[in-house]
Amino acid sequence: MRHIGFLGLAAACGLAAAVAGCGEVWNDPYPAADGGKNILYSTFVARPKHLDPALSYASDEAVFTQQVYEPALQYHYLKRPYQLVPLTAAEMPRVSTHAGYSEYEIHIRPGILYQPHPAFARNAKGDFLYQSLSPGQIAALASPYALPGRGTRELTADDYIYEIKRLAHPRLASPIYGLMSQYIVGLPELAARLKRANAEMSAEGRGDEWLDLRKYPLAGVERVDAHTFRIRLKGRYPQFAYWLAMPFFAPVPWEVDRFFAQPGMAQKNFTLDWWPVGTGPYMLTENNPNLRMVLERNPNFRGEPYPSDGAPGDRQAGLLADAGKPMPFIDRVVYSREKESIPYWNKFLQGYYDTSGISSDNFDQAVRVSVEGQAALTPQMRSLGIRLRTAVAPSVFYIGFNWLDPVVGNAGGGEAAERARKLRQAISIAVDMEEFLSIFANGRGLVAQGPIPSGIFGYRAGKAGINPVTHVWRDGAARRRPLADARRLLAEAGYPGGRDAHSGQPLVLYLDTVTRGPGDQARFDWWRKQLAKLSIQLEVRATDWNRFQDKVRKGSEQMFFLGWNADYPDPENFMFLLDGAQSRALHHGENAANYDNPRYDALFERMRDMPDSPERQRLIDAMVSIARNDAPWIWGYFPKDYLLFHGWLSNVKPNDMARNDVKYLRLDPVRRAVLRREWNRPVVWPLAIGLALLVALLVPAFVGYRRRERMAARPAA
Amino acid sequence: MLAYILRRTLYAIPILIGVNLITFALFFVVNTPDDMARMQLGAKRVTQAEIERWKAAHGYDKPMLWNARAAGSEKLTQTVFFRKSVRLFAFDFGASEDGRNIAAEIRTRMWPSLALAIPVFVVGLALNISFALAMAFFRATYLDFWGVVLCVVMMSISTLFYIIAGQYLVAKLWDLVPISGYNTGLHAIKFLILPAAIGVASGVGAGSRWYRTLFLEEMGKDYVRTARAKGLSEGVVMFRHVLKNAMIPILTGVVVVIPLLFMGSLLMESFFGIPGLGSYTIDAIQSQDFAVVRSMVFIGSLLYILGLLLTDISYTLVDPRVRLE
Repeated sequence: MRHIGFLGLAAACGLAAAVAGCGEVWNDPYPAADGGKNILYSTFVARPKHLDPALSYASDEAVFTQQVYEPALQYHYLKRPYQLVPLTAAEMPRVSTHAGYSEYEIHIRPGILYQPHPAFARNAKGDFLYQSLSPGQIAALASPYALPGRGTRELTADDYIYEIKRLAHPRLASPIYGLMSQYIVGLPELAARLKRANAEMSAEGRGDEWLDLRKYPLAGVERVDAHTFRIRLKGRYPQFAYWLAMPFFAPVPWEVDRFFAQPGMAQKNFTLDWWPVGTGPYMLTENNPNLRMVLERNPNFRGEPYPSDGAPGDRQAGLLADAGKPMPFIDRVVYSREKESIPYWNKFLQGYYDTSGISSDNFDQAVRVSVEGQAALTPQMRSLGIRLRTAVAPSVFYIGFNWLDPVVGNAGGGEAAERARKLRQAISIAVDMEEFLSIFANGRGLVAQGPIPSGIFGYRAGKAGINPVTHVWRDGAARRRPLADARRLLAEAGYPGGRDAHSGQPLVLYLDTVTRGPGDQARFDWWRKQLAKLSIQLEVRATDWNRFQDKVRKGSEQMFFLGWNADYPDPENFMFLLDGAQSRALHHGENAANYDNPRYDALFERMRDMPDSPERQRLIDAMVSIARNDAPWIWGYFPKDYLLFHGWLSNVKPNDMARNDVKYLRLDPVRRAVLRREWNRPVVWPLAIGLALLVALLVPAFVGYRRRERMAARPAA
Repeated sequence: MLAYILRRTLYAIPILIGVNLITFALFFVVNTPDDMARMQLGAKRVTQAEIERWKAAHGYDKPMLWNARAAGSEKLTQTVFFRKSVRLFAFDFGASEDGRNIAAEIRTRMWPSLALAIPVFVVGLALNISFALAMAFFRATYLDFWGVVLCVVMMSISTLFYIIAGQYLVAKLWDLVPISGYNTGLHAIKFLILPAAIGVASGVGAGSRWYRTLFLEEMGKDYVRTARAKGLSEGVVMFRHVLKNAMIPILTGVVVVIPLLFMGSLLMESFFGIPGLGSYTIDAIQSQDFAVVRSMVFIGSLLYILGLLLTDISYTLVDPRVRLE
């Protein structure tokens, strides 16, 4: 028996020695053949819902769509504040204003080609090869790219016009149709005609057939020539230029729409919503949103040059080293789905992902924040050659007071409204957002002094930018006002010591918020504690997203916690959140607090359509001052993005407005392969110990079994 | 037996209708079609007109269960419930709320689910029975005592702990296998080793202890004493008599889950990035995709009914006294 034990142990040790000597990496999640290739490895958390440019509105979908689709404009990769520059357009749109309308003329650069795709493939006679496939042929395909033929064609103005018409398509339900129908001349009429046509097709049993949008003119969009088109808008809407940089206004060729409308395509999930086709630097060649999305270099891409200028400090940071060189630099991008943060973080540390964000769980491992508030990498991260970039996101999180509420809002009117204003100001002082950021966000954010985040025109930094209601400027920094000020305001509001001066009843307020689980309890306790400083009782009414939204829509909440991500980097996109005409409860707009101040609204109307200028800044200052005094929000904070990336990746600069950043990135795959091998040497001794333990358990069991089998009958006791 | 199977199949129809109705009611108590539209369209800048457009495009613009404005049978048929549910019985699952074909998704995702679930099931069952037999064989010894202690410890630990500890030790500290991910064909093996091992380990405690109890109960019966009195070895008694007679309660718990292996593991698939049906269901619940939730509940119910039927049939195979009539 002893021999068996020794044999097992020896075998285990031999196995361990053998595998340890191999020098292979065992935990590489990618095929060995891809080692050392120019491939960027990244992740996605949520499965994208839509990749159709008329439907996609989420930033995690833009990660894919913006590498494939090319709107006429884009954001400059390096310059801050964000600046629009031409992408497929030869120049910035020419904007002309007329009585009652404005017009955008866009000239597309000639010679831009679509990616190779079967939808464009033609035979020698010039007929399409794959526009009349049978359901049987389609059923046999594993992907649209399984069709052997490929074709391409030049990008034309018609493709942009076709896409604008798709915004009104009755089968698509584009999320920006409602907004655009207010501006683009003729869009509602087109939607009505398309709806009728679709209903007729459905009645004839052809409800799934291709609806050829070319047959339906759109009054507000005019084709000037093959590379030029005009969009006519009702009135003035200067922010429209920003929409022209979004995939909603990217070109869609009719051939592709028709290709995917063939019977049997949808049953195989071959749709434009699933398989985008564009002129961008990459094309989506593998689409498995449950596991992996793969982008490959578009061989027809024209080779856009890397920017030659940037923001101050970019040259020193090495961000202009590739100036003027043709992009993209990376051949392939593999996005793997990682739903959980632990595997994602560990695979980043093992070198299997090139970039990573930082979750709260890993923050202390990755970053140290100095007493001055400066974030720096920990020695462990630095030893791995990891680098950090931070940027304030164009977003704001705030606690809103419902303007329609009689206690904290304006519903009481007159003296009651004035009391409510003082109450809001008192609460705004008491809620210590600096502490909130420190406890719940690892300091990743800036305390908001108004609605406009840093990096957006209209934001004021330093002493000029503080909110005098809640802060004072002392020792070169904004300091929150003392609680005594809040208590004084509370007493003036008619609640001395947190009790109603007339009834003597304690003041109880209600905060509605969305709960994500038991982990939120600490946040709720913190909020209660903040109001308890003023002896105000706070009831936190945590609910799911749907119920929360329902309350806000009906205006039945009192206080609520909410956030906003900018659509575009213009102050209008933040200031409109307080515009009375945007009241959520009254007009179904984006003003969730239902704040209404005619002075603010009048200034907003003037500011909205102005170009950035000292005059616009003056109006913004006046509006911010009104809002601060009225305090419809506790101004909350602007979150700060932390981006980690490995040393083999260069040209990394966070860009929160655009996601078409892959074409700018460069990596050193050889260095990555060397470091991956170094970091991931398998440790095999636990295998040997495990095997030895197993043998050590089995042998006595076997011996015991044999002994029992041979045991003579025991005499009865 | 054929008549029995046919009868059970017919019983399944009202059960499936009931399950469908309950799923429908529960889902729409929590979510309205407006909520679903908002979830798909996003929270920003969505007007009521767009919500109505989405509902019309996805068939949610009709009354839920009863269309009072319609005439005749259309009062029933021109409703969300009828139009969304009836097709399920023809296994036509339609498209998810974001427009993806559900049947195509299920066909793709069932293989990763099975690739993980089958090894966990087979190895786990073999290990549990072996360990339980060993404990029963060495009953009232230190091996039995510490075996039971080990089982109690193992069954007291959360599966989540096994997952996190396994990923930390095996994949991160020792770099032996990828932490997460998946690939097709034989390339899947290196991704499945760790989740399968964790799946087996997390079930050993409860499974072995339960089977040990079953074996000990059988071992106390007269026929075992008779077998021993006849001079059969303990090994023969255990494997030929005790194991066979303990199979009925084992089959009760085991056969019913065989069809459900198809549905995948919600936790394992999420943590290990395995694109199976478990993670599909979780995603659908999170994104309020009623079409997918309804389809998965329907398939789950069908498989459960199938599992119960298979359990009944399996009784006749292991116990000749059982007759299905």
